[in-house]
Amino acid sequence: MPEIRNYTLNFGPQHPAAHGVLRLVLEMDGETVERSDPHIGLLHRGTEKLAEYKPYNHSIPYMDRLDYVSMMCNEHAYVRAIEKLLGVEAPIRAQYIRTMFDEITRILNHLMWLGAHGLDIGAMTVFLYAFREREDLMDCYEAVSGARMHAAYYRVGGVYRDLPDQMPRFENNGFRDKADIDRLNRNREGSLLDFIEDFTQRFPAMVDEYETLLTDNRIWKQRTVGIGVVSPERALQLGFTGPMIRGSGFAWDLRRKQPYAAYDQLDFDIPVGQNGDCYDRYLVRVEEMRQSNRIIKQCIKWLRENDGPVMVDDHKVAPPSRQEMKEGMEHLIHHFKLFTEGYCTPVGEVYSAVEAPKGEFGIYIVSDGSNKPYRLKIRAPGFAHLAAMDEMAKGHMLADVVAIIGTMDVVFGEIDR
Amino acid sequence: MTPNQRLEQLAAQLRERFAADGCEVEEGYAEVTLTAPRDGWSEIAPALRDEEAFAFDQLVDVCGVDYAGFGKGEWATAEASSAGFGRGQERDGELDLDSDKRFAVVYHFLSVAHNNRLRVRVYLDPEQPIVDSVVSLWNGCDWFEREAFDMYGIMFSGHPDLRRILTDYGFIGHPMRKDFPLSGQVEMRYDEATRRVIYQPITIEQRPQVPKVVRNEEGPSREAADA
Repeated sequence: MPEIRNYTLNFGPQHPAAHGVLRLVLEMDGETVERSDPHIGLLHRGTEKLAEYKPYNHSIPYMDRLDYVSMMCNEHAYVRAIEKLLGVEAPIRAQYIRTMFDEITRILNHLMWLGAHGLDIGAMTVFLYAFREREDLMDCYEAVSGARMHAAYYRVGGVYRDLPDQMPRFENNGFRDKADIDRLNRNREGSLLDFIEDFTQRFPAMVDEYETLLTDNRIWKQRTVGIGVVSPERALQLGFTGPMIRGSGFAWDLRRKQPYAAYDQLDFDIPVGQNGDCYDRYLVRVEEMRQSNRIIKQCIKWLRENDGPVMVDDHKVAPPSRQEMKEGMEHLIHHFKLFTEGYCTPVGEVYSAVEAPKGEFGIYIVSDGSNKPYRLKIRAPGFAHLAAMDEMAKGHMLADVVAIIGTMDVVFGEIDR
Repeated sequence: MTPNQRLEQLAAQLRERFAADGCEVEEGYAEVTLTAPRDGWSEIAPALRDEEAFAFDQLVDVCGVDYAGFGKGEWATAEASSAGFGRGQERDGELDLDSDKRFAVVYHFLSVAHNNRLRVRVYLDPEQPIVDSVVSLWNGCDWFEREAFDMYGIMFSGHPDLRRILTDYGFIGHPMRKDFPLSGQVEMRYDEATRRVIYQPITIEQRPQVPKVVRNEEGPSREAADA
């Protein structure tokens, strides 16, 4: 009889289902996975080291490039950590704007996840639907910051500027006819808030569309039910956070348990799963999109009724206005010092975490009293999740590995940093 | 109980329980930090997880810190008014490489039961930074310890699989250490003559961007950092 040996299979780094640059070394017994060893670091850019050599504000754009599908949530954790060090509190209007954009970001992230996860395990259409809605939300990003993805909109002490009164519109061009452009501009007549409100009216019906395609779909259930089961005890032990721990039935959400920004003023529910499998995590994320929509509606209402500053009035951390700078010597000095040297934080160390769409995204800063972080540690949720790959995939078939990678919502920008 | 009261209670409980083990407890920025001795860590860690008062059932983050350049600015501003400003280009910056407190491992714990967070710091030997691994207590910290090993060369005794994780296969050195230059030590290029990719010492020079400046009335000290 010939000797039977385990197969070693290389999965990625150039595999469409590897979500970027994951290299998985799988030990197979036939079609069954015996052991999996993820090799990461192919997208390692040394963000933490780079941040040690730059003034605090220069690293905000690096935060966008960590988890590049939930940009503003990363910024939020970073600016909150610095605000904690400096003892600065952003004005209440800025807190609401941040909350609203965190939730827009959550929808952006979950749509990306839903589309890519569906595509991985054979549902083509939902990808196209999800990207149709992402387009509108990225227009919101562009309207406030000028960038569709890497916004750098949150600043220490508030946000870069207030919401625009005019939503940018499409202009006549040679590629579309006038009727088409008028159709595209129909919900862009008013302010940004009008545009977002219009979106929140439309969005629940769109989530229904995705659910029609997937929730009761026989093939979808066959691919996800009972796959990658994690018990609540194991989820806690493995350092899971976000939808990964809630899918296992553990109602842990930082927005509720350790509220930040304006979350303690808002009404929303925390969905939890029961079985801890891929299907439950899918249901949790879909419900989270509906809850995010609810939060955005409440933020819009508050933002319409209340006006106020969006940045602290402390020119040691926030730049003076252009007008003031042209007229006042002191403002000119503040502007110069802020943009050449930055601000020095007191000696100390802080850890600040936000509930990012993927889980707990934490920033740990050690400050030695200088204008640069002495040590910046980025705690990425996906890093802890991917570390559990071996345990989750053991005993499953090769095709299920794809479903498990999908359900973890891995993005290599944050895992490799 | 308000979060602040919870923190004070936690700090008091930690002091009472671990003072005899040589631990120090500090509060600052609404966070609690426990500094544990490296030889006692393997007894303290299970107590933090299992004892009812603490119940830190989740290990959120593990990372290394290199304190070799702590509080050392590149731009002297104190005597500048008589001598004029330097340009902050001097990068020699004396690093404190053999200090007893050069390396530290920092753990961030979360107690889901009590909704508390705790930071634990363990200072390590600068020559041979070794600490007991806690993978068997909190299984999720496997990769976090591998990362600290990769970035700082901190050894975790008892770790089942201590390999490099983020750097390239065959990488030399520990890139997050303060004596490792930002631009690295080798660069990679395709060599026409040998028709393959080769490594060579770097040819780029690190230019000063914004100098690091420490502005602190009393001057920074490690004691102040611990507070």
